[in-house]
Amino acid sequence: MNSLYYQKRLSRNIGDKFFTSLSVICALIAILPLIFLVTYILYKGGSQITPELFTLEPNPPGDDLDAGGINPALIGTLIITTIASIIAIPVGVGGGIYLAEYSKGGAFTRFIRFGVNVLAGVPSIIAGVFIYALIVSTKILFGSMYSGLAGGMALSILMLPTVIKTTDEGLKLVPNELRYASLGVGASMYTTILKVTLPSAFRSIATGVVLGIARAAGETAPLIFTALFSYYYITGFGDLFYEMGSLAVLIYNFALEPYDAQNKLAWAASFILVLSILSVNIFSRILAAFTEKTKRV
Amino acid sequence: MEEKLTLFKNRKRFGIEKNIDIIFKNTALVLSSFVAIILLGIILVVFFQSFESFSRYGLKFLVTSEWNPVKDEYGAFTAIYGTLVTSFLSLLITIPLGVGTAIFITEDFVPKVFREIIGSFVELLAAIPSVVLGLWAIFVMEPFFRAFFVFLHNFFGWIPLFSTEPTGRNSLLAILILVVMLLPIVTAIARDSLNQVPKKLRNAAYGIGASRWKTIFSVILPAALSGIMAGVLLALGRAMGETMAVTMIIGNSNAFSWSLLSPGYTISSMLANQFGEADGSQVSSLFYAAFVLMILSLVVNIFAQWLVKKFSLKY
Repeated sequence: MNSLYYQKRLSRNIGDKFFTSLSVICALIAILPLIFLVTYILYKGGSQITPELFTLEPNPPGDDLDAGGINPALIGTLIITTIASIIAIPVGVGGGIYLAEYSKGGAFTRFIRFGVNVLAGVPSIIAGVFIYALIVSTKILFGSMYSGLAGGMALSILMLPTVIKTTDEGLKLVPNELRYASLGVGASMYTTILKVTLPSAFRSIATGVVLGIARAAGETAPLIFTALFSYYYITGFGDLFYEMGSLAVLIYNFALEPYDAQNKLAWAASFILVLSILSVNIFSRILAAFTEKTKRV
Repeated sequence: MEEKLTLFKNRKRFGIEKNIDIIFKNTALVLSSFVAIILLGIILVVFFQSFESFSRYGLKFLVTSEWNPVKDEYGAFTAIYGTLVTSFLSLLITIPLGVGTAIFITEDFVPKVFREIIGSFVELLAAIPSVVLGLWAIFVMEPFFRAFFVFLHNFFGWIPLFSTEPTGRNSLLAILILVVMLLPIVTAIARDSLNQVPKKLRNAAYGIGASRWKTIFSVILPAALSGIMAGVLLALGRAMGETMAVTMIIGNSNAFSWSLLSPGYTISSMLANQFGEADGSQVSSLFYAAFVLMILSLVVNIFAQWLVKKFSLKY
């Protein structure tokens, strides 16, 4: 009769209790530092934010108390990320279209899909090394060495696998009936893709691409010897061919400075970078959840 | 009959439209092959740039730790050892924590809302740039752990791993920041593979009287193992290639030491530190080191993909 009731002292129940508490402890050890980390970055960085931060150039490190602002780095990050997107999005979406719509699963397709995964795993600093060897050291871009353009190219290598993958997977989720219907009324293949399949996969592709851009915006390693760093305002189109600052490299350089003023600037830049990346992430997550609920097809 | 023929004549697709179709397809084909071109390009460029150093030092480069631009002597053993030690030790800490957390999220210990909040929070953390983690490591983690490191050295100094006096930045801090960085990756992938295990398996195990943890250990974890392993390998690849946070906290010293409490080096931090100012055969040696790093991460990545393909769930 006793065996019908829950017995606390049974070895299996004691074992279960033990492992349950172990997993709770794991979760606590894992999550508490992470919460602390985010709040600390937001608190410490947020307290450094001033209006001048967005308008001034950073002062070169030294004993002067005023570190200036991060305007060139902020604009630089926007420009470099834009260049990377201009390169990676067309190439990636086009490649993804081929993989999902045209390929018949042959050796070439399998090789490309495999290559996408491998490229996604290439360390980001290797992308920097590659662009350095290909573009910076050869001065192939009209004689300029370190440049914002080269930095954008390095970042585009990191974005490319994400864009291809999300396009490929987004298109594969589009039901085949839509394609049959479009082809059946006489549309050609490219009309079908541009007018039917791409639009219906647009949201999932856009979400993935935006997340890829957000990730690239925080990458530092590919930029430290391609775009280098600059203390000066970006004034015109020609500045693309010269050293260009970015928030990420600013954080790296100024975190290692012994001066307090520069460190504070690094915290402020971190705040802006983390806040924008997190809000892009949260926004696209909400959008994705919303799409899932209202999906009709 | 006559009428029908003209109808078909008008319905004919224009030649120009056919051409657009072909051009569109071929453009897509060319764009997709860019991936292969870039990948091969990276491998070839890094290999040829390292050729000078490779032919001069050969495989000795991998096992000597002399790095002296003045005497033109190069060996990357310290950096290679640092890369392997930091990535493997950080994984060793991350795996139990990450899988434990994933189990916590997938079991019903707490209501679903909390589990989902924790899950998406962990995923968000994967998006924090590593350079910001490095900044945090320098100004928060290093002072926080200083006393603990002194304790570690005083009581466990007889173990070679803790044999040096802790002085600021060191390899152990790099390992800890890597744990913070890998934890979201391992947790997210482990959670996904645990979620993919069919409910039937769990119910069958409960039905024959297995307790919750008996079910987890003998049914659910084995079924999710391939996914978890692939996630772990991806994290390993990430750990080996991780540059910024490690460079900022590892101390960057090429003097070889077994101790984790002394400053160290990894291949990627060596590249980040020296690449900008290097010239002559130092550049070639750095490319050689980059080549080693690339091969290491390629092997890990390809192995992960193979594992997924070979052992993917068969339920």
